[in-house]
Amino acid sequence: MHEITCYTMKKNISDIKTRFTFDGGIKRTNVFFVAIAEAFLFVLSILKETFSRDFEYKEFFRQCFQIGYKTLPLISITGIIIGFVITIQSRPVLIKFGAVTMLPGMVAVSLIREMGPVITALICAGKIGSGMGAELGSMRVSEQIDAMEVSATNPVKFLVVTRVWAATLMIPLLILYADALGIIGGWAGANIKGNVSFVLFFSQAFGHVIFMDLFPAIVKSFFFGAIIGLVGCYKGYTAGRGTESVGKAANSAVVVSSLLVIIVDMIAVQITDLL
Amino acid sequence: MTNTAQKVMNTSDVSGSKDVVIKITNLKKGFGSQPVLKNVSLQLMNGENLAILGKSGSGKSVLIKCIVRLLNPDDGVINVLGEDMRALNSKHLGEIRKKIGFLFQSGALYDSMTVKQNLEFPLRRIKKHLVQKEIDEKVKEALDHVGLSDAIDKMPSQLSGGMRKRISLARTIVVDPQIMLYDEPTTGLDPITSNEISTLINDVQKKYKTSSIIITHDIACARLTANRVIMLKDGEVYLDGTLAEFEKTTDPLITSFFK
Repeated sequence: MHEITCYTMKKNISDIKTRFTFDGGIKRTNVFFVAIAEAFLFVLSILKETFSRDFEYKEFFRQCFQIGYKTLPLISITGIIIGFVITIQSRPVLIKFGAVTMLPGMVAVSLIREMGPVITALICAGKIGSGMGAELGSMRVSEQIDAMEVSATNPVKFLVVTRVWAATLMIPLLILYADALGIIGGWAGANIKGNVSFVLFFSQAFGHVIFMDLFPAIVKSFFFGAIIGLVGCYKGYTAGRGTESVGKAANSAVVVSSLLVIIVDMIAVQITDLL
Repeated sequence: MTNTAQKVMNTSDVSGSKDVVIKITNLKKGFGSQPVLKNVSLQLMNGENLAILGKSGSGKSVLIKCIVRLLNPDDGVINVLGEDMRALNSKHLGEIRKKIGFLFQSGALYDSMTVKQNLEFPLRRIKKHLVQKEIDEKVKEALDHVGLSDAIDKMPSQLSGGMRKRISLARTIVVDPQIMLYDEPTTGLDPITSNEISTLINDVQKKYKTSSIIITHDIACARLTANRVIMLKDGEVYLDGTLAEFEKTTDPLITSFFK
């Protein structure tokens, strides 16, 4: 097999496609395997470029700023509303069971284990994934990626590696931030019909949270971040030449990364359940 | 044997000369079952401006993208500055690419960067030894050369089509390439701006001593810039000669182009 670099990746993909240009059902079946092979080579080239020399730190920090800081307003509003809504919806049920004192703990556990990571990841898939798909797709269409290549700059290293790692590191932080704001939203929700102090709500909330609630959630958050970064970049980087493909890249980045987030969440829940 | 084929054979005779900067032999490239370049052989001499003419879809852009290996040829030999481009690994390919400037049809300026950052981008990667002061000087010099020093802090979205082409040209020459590849440099521009870009191409050749391939279907641009002209038709070299020879010929395809 050829050396896997960004320069040879396209050639490898082209070779695979050439080998599988049969007619009929075989072609359709092989399209799936070609797509898997393309994605595999893409991930492989990212891993290789991550550990090669001259990491693009400046672009990496710029992307961390774009992904982290610029998503904060959306995540802040969403986080508070999630906590608020969970509290409002759960309170009558807990009152019915005489367990209203469990409300802060229930809000905290459900936010940290499930609601915070999944909802934040889905929002990030919409905002960050589509942004990456559209940006790289339009760079492909307007030959900016080609311009980088002929400037002896590795576009996978500069554009993709930095974005994927920025998403992998920033999305877990956004999820923790959304969890914290969700608990504040929960406290606000609890005070609409009740009267509970902020300190009491927080101490009751974290009194029910154990390490095994937090740890699997943080681990799966990194996977969510990686999925959103990888899918967004892959869809944009491999976009076709027409302007229509920019829209398709952005759209499929959101659809595929959202679907993968849900699937990975399901697997993570099963694994956590076994622990 | 046709005149065309004869001329190609004649130019190939000097393949061993060190004045040849690009030599392409029997290049073939297709997309799926559609052949685009069928059997292209040509060479670019040192200090020469070679214009490649042809109708849309004749494979002109594919040809220069094969030269820098943005596209991988199906068959044939591409020799650039004595190196077989198809045999190079990514590291050596990068080294050769540093010596080649490529002006894209769309300009291909990086949208998220200012004009200054666009020019600094290749400089920082190709001329790694330069300090910030030297980088600033080279950026200023390149912008002065294209007459757009005032646009240094503008974003590409704030530039007109002609300005984008000029800035793109400045970004290409800022790293002092030995070879320039122009992909339809005057397409989409008004005649006055086209004329200015053509003049700039000549200035670049004189100042930086570059050898250039100019892909175009703009005869005015070819007339102003080219020392030699090649006509591509259906993925093959149809005629190779000087402008005077092209203008003398009675071949209907050539005459319709030069009307």
